[in-house]
Amino acid sequence: MSDNLIPVVPSGVAPLDVIAVREGAFGVAGSGDTSGFGGLVEAIVLPPASQRPYGGDFDELADELDLSLAARHITGAIEKVVVDRGEITFFVERSKIREFVTTLRDEPGLRFELCVGVSGVHYPLEAGRELHAVYHFLSITHNRRVRVEVAAPDSDPRIPSIVGIYPTCDWHERETWDFFGIVFEGHPALTRIAMPDDWPGHPQRKDYPLGGIPVEYKGATTPPPDQRRSYN
Amino acid sequence: MSTENITYSSADAGTDSYAGTYETTEGKVYSVSGGDWDTISAAPDGEKERIVVNMGPQHPSTHGVLRLILEIEGETVTEARCGIGYLHTGIEKNMEFRSFTQGVTFVTRMDYLAPFFNETAYCLAVEKLLGITDQIPERANVIRVMMMELNRISSHLVALATGGMELGALTAMTFGFRERELILDIFEMITGLRMNSAYIRPGGVAQDIPEGGVDKIAETIPLLRRRLKDTANLLIDNNIWMGRTVEIGFLDLTGCMALGVTGPILRATGLPHDLRKSQPYCGYETYEFDVVTETTCDAYGRFLIRVREMEQSMRIVEQCVERLRASAGEPVMVADKKIAWPAQLSVGSDGQGNSLDHIKEIMSESMEALIHHFKLVTEGFRVPAGQAYAAIESPRGELGCHLVSSGGTRPYRIHFRDPSFTNLQSTAAMSEGGQIADVIAAVASIDPVMGGVDR
Repeated sequence: MSDNLIPVVPSGVAPLDVIAVREGAFGVAGSGDTSGFGGLVEAIVLPPASQRPYGGDFDELADELDLSLAARHITGAIEKVVVDRGEITFFVERSKIREFVTTLRDEPGLRFELCVGVSGVHYPLEAGRELHAVYHFLSITHNRRVRVEVAAPDSDPRIPSIVGIYPTCDWHERETWDFFGIVFEGHPALTRIAMPDDWPGHPQRKDYPLGGIPVEYKGATTPPPDQRRSYN
Repeated sequence: MSTENITYSSADAGTDSYAGTYETTEGKVYSVSGGDWDTISAAPDGEKERIVVNMGPQHPSTHGVLRLILEIEGETVTEARCGIGYLHTGIEKNMEFRSFTQGVTFVTRMDYLAPFFNETAYCLAVEKLLGITDQIPERANVIRVMMMELNRISSHLVALATGGMELGALTAMTFGFRERELILDIFEMITGLRMNSAYIRPGGVAQDIPEGGVDKIAETIPLLRRRLKDTANLLIDNNIWMGRTVEIGFLDLTGCMALGVTGPILRATGLPHDLRKSQPYCGYETYEFDVVTETTCDAYGRFLIRVREMEQSMRIVEQCVERLRASAGEPVMVADKKIAWPAQLSVGSDGQGNSLDHIKEIMSESMEALIHHFKLVTEGFRVPAGQAYAAIESPRGELGCHLVSSGGTRPYRIHFRDPSFTNLQSTAAMSEGGQIADVIAAVASIDPVMGGVDR
């Protein structure tokens, strides 16, 4: 992907995350595009970082979080904040994740008692931040949700484990290791959970093929799902 | 224990190739299977004895393909661990290669006792990303709520039935499955299938309720209510049942919060946490029902909660029936023609399939309708890039769907936070220190569905 595809942003604003590059008018690969727009190349970006005010109750939450982090002398933890579709996401610096979630859990104004788990997302186009661990938290006390995202490079896929803070993440972190190869440092027993112990590779990464065989029925052959025509 | 330099040798060559012994750094390990316990009962003379028993994955009382690894001393369980993954089918990965509409057929197969919950959680996430949550027709929401509540009853019935069977209450099993059949008949009438219906679709539901359908549901409710009472009476004050479940599988509020446990297990600690009340979706805030709690923190309390939740679900279904009667003929799919599935199917003269009206419209009346049909069916609709998390209260707790879209016609990444998966982690906390037989009662009270655990 050439750099000129990434939309320019004003200085001081976090760069946009490109999730996909679409070519042509229909996004079809391996088939003639007769629309005349075959040369079109378009970068698909994820929602950009939000600026204050975030709207809704999110400002109250963000104020509370800023105060709590300051009281605990945690600085530089938040990389950016994205408010999109009625949800708030904090991108957290990976070395600060333990302190950050401890704050979420313990501060009375935040009180996120319940971690509903962690899962991974693989963004091969985000150089140096290919693997994301996505945590969701629920505060029953304040009845609100928050998403926390931590990125790690493919070359060093290590993220501190939060099992000591939220024991429920035990199996969730094992699952994320199994499917994405993110190593949660400090996890008591980071082993595969769904795949067999001797399985090579991490199946839900984008570079891992889906597999499958062509199916023949009444003389016609249907290719496996990952080789069919797609419109992305 | 290090397993380097293992030397395998069959203890009793020629009879059982799986039963053998091998040396490890912590001593000799004897593998025993089937009825050959006698062959080694005298072997570890003077050695420290640790007995590790594999219960499952093929065992009639472990609630599906769950493997329990129990370390025991006599009848007491000193350590309990779960082995899962035997039903992993790669649903999340597969969905990255199918359109958003096709995804429904995958999610419905995850927690196979609660298919409508899977479908709803998925569709809510897709709709949130599309930004059409407010445009879902009222009637579609009522149908969704009704299907979910009927499904909650059928799921809780299986929990009672299989839980009862595992503890030896076989009549509870036959009663539970008989009552569930009444609900599956309703599902079959509305969706055409007893399970794996793929009925709830992004934008609404696949079809309206068939003619006479609402009346049939209204007729079934009183019968179901009477029969549920019978089933519950069979167990509620039953001495044997109470002996097996009271103060068994204890997990208090602190334990639930730490382990992320939700659903009936959490409500059995006295916390009235129910997403239908605290973060309503599909219009739950407009229905009258109570959140049931108990304070016993044990398997019996969870059983009582399931029984009483079924009554609350009946209340909601009755309110849905009223609303369905009032809204007859209203749309059940979002009005946006670029998202809505083009055809409402009807039964043709050949007994299946097509809507002749729709074929007439696209073939001879409207070119736009033909284009939309073609594009939606072959390609699917596009969902703007971004991520969303939708959570609903399934019979087992919080069922969450985290969906990432890259602006295409397929999910970029989809992850389900299945309550069975998370709740199953509490097996160790619930059963260590108890008897082997109580492990069964504890796991039954968690009510894990392995299709949801492994996905």
